[in-house]
Amino acid sequence: MADIIVEGRGVSRHFGAIRAVDGVDLDIGRGELFGLIGHNGAGKSTLFKMMLGLIPASGGQIHIDGESVSGRNFRNVRRKIGYLPENLALYDNLTGLETLHFFARLKGADLSRCAAGLERVGLSHAANRRVRGFSKGMRQRLGLAQALLGEPRLLFLDEPTNGLDPEAIREFFAILRDLQKQGATMILTSHILADIQERVDRLAIMKNGKIQSCGSVQDLRESVNLPLMLEIGGTVSAEQVTQALGGLPVISIESRHDRLWVKLPREAKMAALAKLMALGDAISDLHVREPSLEDVFFGLAE
Amino acid sequence: MIELTQILTIAGKEFRDRIRNRWVLAIAVVFAAFALVIAYFGTAQQGTVGFRSIEITIASLVSLVIYLIPLIALILGFDAIVGERERGSLDLLLSMPMTRLELILGKYLGLSTALTLSTVAGFGLAGVAMANQMDTNALMHYSGFILSSVLLGMSFLSIAVMISVFATDRAGASGLAIAAWFFFVLVFDLLLLGALVATGGVYGGEIFPYLLLLNPADVFRVLNIFSMEDVRALYGMATVFPEQLAEPVLLGSIMLAWIVTPLSIAFWRFKQ
Repeated sequence: MADIIVEGRGVSRHFGAIRAVDGVDLDIGRGELFGLIGHNGAGKSTLFKMMLGLIPASGGQIHIDGESVSGRNFRNVRRKIGYLPENLALYDNLTGLETLHFFARLKGADLSRCAAGLERVGLSHAANRRVRGFSKGMRQRLGLAQALLGEPRLLFLDEPTNGLDPEAIREFFAILRDLQKQGATMILTSHILADIQERVDRLAIMKNGKIQSCGSVQDLRESVNLPLMLEIGGTVSAEQVTQALGGLPVISIESRHDRLWVKLPREAKMAALAKLMALGDAISDLHVREPSLEDVFFGLAE
Repeated sequence: MIELTQILTIAGKEFRDRIRNRWVLAIAVVFAAFALVIAYFGTAQQGTVGFRSIEITIASLVSLVIYLIPLIALILGFDAIVGERERGSLDLLLSMPMTRLELILGKYLGLSTALTLSTVAGFGLAGVAMANQMDTNALMHYSGFILSSVLLGMSFLSIAVMISVFATDRAGASGLAIAAWFFFVLVFDLLLLGALVATGGVYGGEIFPYLLLLNPADVFRVLNIFSMEDVRALYGMATVFPEQLAEPVLLGSIMLAWIVTPLSIAFWRFKQ
């Protein structure tokens, strides 16, 4: 990775005998959309907070853009950072615009850009409405607008799609893609693995305070070596498919919803496709189903 | 290096919140009403009503303020930090380019400005209503009373902010705030008196005045009562309190120490 914006070396955080984060090494490249996933208690929130400088590390070092998050230049580092916390709590008595003005002042951001910030997240109509009356989705969008104040180069998004409906989630990731095109780096956590599997460039899976695996979703799929699923439609029977795939290490063949589902090792994929082609018009439809991120996650857990 | 902008931003929000929810107005009205009622009806038990003397008015007000202002200050500040933590907004604030000291100072400055404004406006309004009854000397006494009331509020607000840093949740913080009020306003003097009575005045008599300085409410009482000849005799303070300790500047400095010390402890704890 040529241009690293977040660099963690041997990062640890102990709470008494509990090693919440245990010797984590992590590099995140400039412009990446990076996911951090793990069970509750895996250490991702603690690592997140250490990267933000909210809690000190018991050991190791974290550098953001070459500078320590808690060193003398911490203000410069923080001005490069945007943060959308999990369970975001804003001030009910402020309006949408007042909320952005408040955080813009703290960040040293341009106050005149706040109205545009609201527009960017589709909240122009709520600029003068009290946050008290905002829906969960509106609050989350206001939180994102707050995180984007000062055009940060690095965004920390903790469970950012919590409480958003599918359309809002799509809009949310569209905003993130725009930001990425402008060169921003984003680190996000999510419990909804399906939401991030097609959207992140790379991700790290944490378990017991350590990074268990790190890479693109495809890298992780291959490293876990979970079986693939072939979904076959047409008039072909299970017996014909069993016969055609004879000699290959097929794990299972099931018939569900008028379709056949063949589970087989990844390395047998091309040979299986070649043999199935020989069945001709009996197969009208065929899909190769990669394991989902959830499958990878649980595969790694096992 | 402390950045003033951050402190003022936090303070501005806290202050505006109290203006917007009419907290400042409500407290100012309460203070003004109490001050006027006490000034007018304070001598009713002697069979007369109407403004008599500023000394008697201040002595009556001191008895009221010593209960009221600590309670108001503790209620105002007990959730300054723990409230943000419990709501979930503290992490967001701390992720800003701001130190924890700036956050505490900003919170304290905003809340103390609101409390000071309501105290000065409330008692000041009553002072304006009574102004034609006061000579310059009385006016000075009354101004001193307002100033010391402000210091009393600020010292209990400092204790409240300290509580809000130590407490793990708002419920715990409110319990600690009430306990602090009971201790400083009711229990502390009883303990001193009890110790004096139990030992027949043999032990503790000499250090009694110094022990009073360990309680900002008592410092406030001494500051107001000792400065007025009539009232000092009325309260019997002349016999128990050495004159060299009753210097307004010294007592004012002790009040300032009561502001700085809890805030410093709060910052030390908040840094952990």
